[in-house]
Amino acid sequence: MDLKEKIISSYVAFEDGVNINSDIHEIRTEAFQNFEKLGFPSKKLEAWKYTSLNTILKEDYSIFPDKEKSINLADVKQYFIHDIDTYKVIFIDGKYSSFLSETTHDSIDVCLMSSALTKAKYKPVIENYFNKIAKQDNLTSLNTAFSKEGAYIHIPKNTEVEKPIQIINFTTGTEAATMLQPRNLIVVEQNAHVQIIERHQSLTENAVLTNVVTEVYADRHSTVDFYKIQNDHISASLVDNTFIEQQSESVVSVHTFSFGGNITRNNLNFYQKGEHIDSILKGITIIEGKQHVDHHTLVHHIEPNCESHQDYKGIFDERATGVFNGKVIVEKEAQKTNAYQKNNNVLVSDKSTINAKPQLEIFADDVKCSHGCTIGQLDEEALFYMQQRGIGIKEARALLMYAFANTVLESVKIPEVKDRITRLIANKLNVNIGFNI
Amino acid sequence: MSKYTEDDLREELETKEYEYGFYTDIESETFAKGLNEDVVRAISKKKNEPKWMTDWRLEAFRVWSKMEEPEWANVSYKKPEFQEIAYYSAPKQKPKLNNIDEVDPDLLATFEKLGISLEEQKRLANVAVDIVVDSVSVATTFKKTLGEKGIIFMPISEAIQEHPELVKKYLGTVVPTSDNFYAALNSAVFSDGSFCYIPKGVRCPMELSTYFRINEGGTGQFERTLVVADKGSFVSYLEGCTAPSRDENQLHAAVVELIALDDAEIKYSTVQNWYPGNNEGKGGVYNFVTKRGLCETNAKISWTQVETGSAITWKYPSCILKGNNSVGEFYSIAVTNNYQQADTGTKMIHLGKNTKSTIISKGISAGKSQNSYRGLVQINSRAENARNFSQCDSLLMGNKCGAHTFPYIEVKNKTAQVEHEATTSKIGEEQLFYCNQRGIDTEKAIALIVNGFSKEVLNKLPMEFAVEAQKLLEISLEGSVG
Repeated sequence: MDLKEKIISSYVAFEDGVNINSDIHEIRTEAFQNFEKLGFPSKKLEAWKYTSLNTILKEDYSIFPDKEKSINLADVKQYFIHDIDTYKVIFIDGKYSSFLSETTHDSIDVCLMSSALTKAKYKPVIENYFNKIAKQDNLTSLNTAFSKEGAYIHIPKNTEVEKPIQIINFTTGTEAATMLQPRNLIVVEQNAHVQIIERHQSLTENAVLTNVVTEVYADRHSTVDFYKIQNDHISASLVDNTFIEQQSESVVSVHTFSFGGNITRNNLNFYQKGEHIDSILKGITIIEGKQHVDHHTLVHHIEPNCESHQDYKGIFDERATGVFNGKVIVEKEAQKTNAYQKNNNVLVSDKSTINAKPQLEIFADDVKCSHGCTIGQLDEEALFYMQQRGIGIKEARALLMYAFANTVLESVKIPEVKDRITRLIANKLNVNIGFNI
Repeated sequence: MSKYTEDDLREELETKEYEYGFYTDIESETFAKGLNEDVVRAISKKKNEPKWMTDWRLEAFRVWSKMEEPEWANVSYKKPEFQEIAYYSAPKQKPKLNNIDEVDPDLLATFEKLGISLEEQKRLANVAVDIVVDSVSVATTFKKTLGEKGIIFMPISEAIQEHPELVKKYLGTVVPTSDNFYAALNSAVFSDGSFCYIPKGVRCPMELSTYFRINEGGTGQFERTLVVADKGSFVSYLEGCTAPSRDENQLHAAVVELIALDDAEIKYSTVQNWYPGNNEGKGGVYNFVTKRGLCETNAKISWTQVETGSAITWKYPSCILKGNNSVGEFYSIAVTNNYQQADTGTKMIHLGKNTKSTIISKGISAGKSQNSYRGLVQINSRAENARNFSQCDSLLMGNKCGAHTFPYIEVKNKTAQVEHEATTSKIGEEQLFYCNQRGIDTEKAIALIVNGFSKEVLNKLPMEFAVEAQKLLEISLEGSVG
């Protein structure tokens, strides 16, 4: 039985665990029918031309991991940004872990999707925002059909959340292969400000497939900083679908750091529904082995006077493959748009591959749009210069790569996250130097 | 005209009628509409072709009948009804061309309207012209001069008779019959085109040029061009098009194959001005062209194109850089207006070591047109030290048109250096103001800016052709190019 059939046949079992007479379930059922029709994406679709899911869809995934497994904080502490105080929404095998989490209802809501979907008090927000921004494509529909658990964050007007929020999904690997479908909803009201760190981590070598959907709604004057740390086991694959709707004068930035995992696909979509909006999309990808990372971004400029800034850096070693597909659409009403897109890549090995497709679709004339895409190597002369001065070749390379990625790092606003990423990069490049020179 | 603004220019662009829309009444012999194996055989028979050629056409036809029309391009149009097209049309009188006086006076008048004076060209421009009116070549000049150098430049139908070994060796090697839907169709039914062979070490002393023209209403034109530059040779080839006003959509599916053997260089320039349809988007030519060149060691192929016409343009002149140290270049200006749609670009396939490619593409959209750049740069794993530079710039006039870029970059070698950049902008108010301040009026300023925008590409055209290109740009952007 292939995965699609397995998923379809398990839907009845899923329905046993939820209230099937709710409005939410109508949305689920519709999405389920949509997935039934579309199935998993194949390479024949233009959007999936360079990324094949075939190898990971072969696994016999367990769709509903049974029981909550307890894990010791000491074992997983390293995956937290633990040197600062944060709110935490932690899931183990898709189930909420009250032991590891730190949620709140004190003026803001940082809690669970499962309660938001079922409790009357959240109904107005859910009705307004749940599944409203997400695209109705195949994998998003699949997630919607099984949407039940995830993080629910609601920041009311004029609130600055005093500490960052961490969302971490652990997989314990008690099953040979696990499939997870977390569903997150983040609503940030006028003038509010929030910082979020998201991570998916498996604790064993067993296969994991995560298909996560996150919807972010940023109201007028709000600020959202979103950091995605992807440094999972080589056996874990991730499809991250993030949809962001922005209202006037809001600023949303998403930083994606992809160092781990087997196949990682990031579908990052921005919809600008007001004026004077700034959208920032940045990413660093450093991978090797047979890893595959695909960044698929969309910025849809609908109203005038908005900006978007994209900056993606990639370093590819061994047989790694990277994909960058960035699309900017400027509607004809969206005059005075400034849209910038930059994608720089370094191929370290003969066997590594990069496929890039920076795409512009522009219908307005008074705009400044540019995209730049480069593929190249480290400067031999710079390496030689450093070697002359007693810096080993490995360290010299690492220094150059760090400098290459630094334009992305310097806009990270939480110092502890920046430190963590710096250490991850050092670790990834197998050198023992602090880069804070 | 005291105050000429960008709006005026746009207005003018939108209302500008096609200037070359006239129709020459020459008796033509036309086949009944429709396409089947018998029609393919009949075309082949008409041309008195050898058996291998007939078989080649039939093979292509069989492949074509199994294919489907591609739909991936960023254009929308009513699909041509392939059974409603007559696949062969030739002027009945076929003048011998040793003497220009023998040419039908009507035809000469046509050429005059096109701005081609054979006499003048013979005397002044030193250009050999192989003029194709409705698929059959009717005038060839300078054949003698070329003959002395051993250069073969003739209609491909004659080449099939006179140099079958060359045609057989190279035809379909760069664009196989099964390459794509339109190439297969062309292979099956092409009626004529040009064949050019430059022998070893010969530098062709003049620009070779062909003027194509669709004439008979309701006939599609399917030319086939094959240019072979033998080792160490050089040729500059020019191709230019104008077509008369027609209300029903005309199909144009040409195939151009270039082969540059070791150390050879081919420069291929096109000025395309097929009828774009009227300003309501009615009529116009569908231009679905497959152009591809193959570079052997140290060879160079350079494509230059100025695209101003056609209702739909679907065209990707490509270079296969097979040999080490080979070079591919692509310079393009595409102007779209009213309801024109252009989906054009290039493919650079790097196979050999130290291969280089340069892409400069300029798109200008006005009216309600859509202008897309679609390109592929592919560096294969054995292409050490490959180098590519791409630049796609778009200029938009008004917010009813669109500019799109779809660059595909696929790199499988770490020593590759690939750069791609694209910008989209309108004519800057500051730039205009700067010019105004210095006493340059707005009209001239716009001319200056548009000229400067396309200069990089215009500069690549051969001298003799630059005049023609300027003329066509003037028609598309009159009032702005001074």
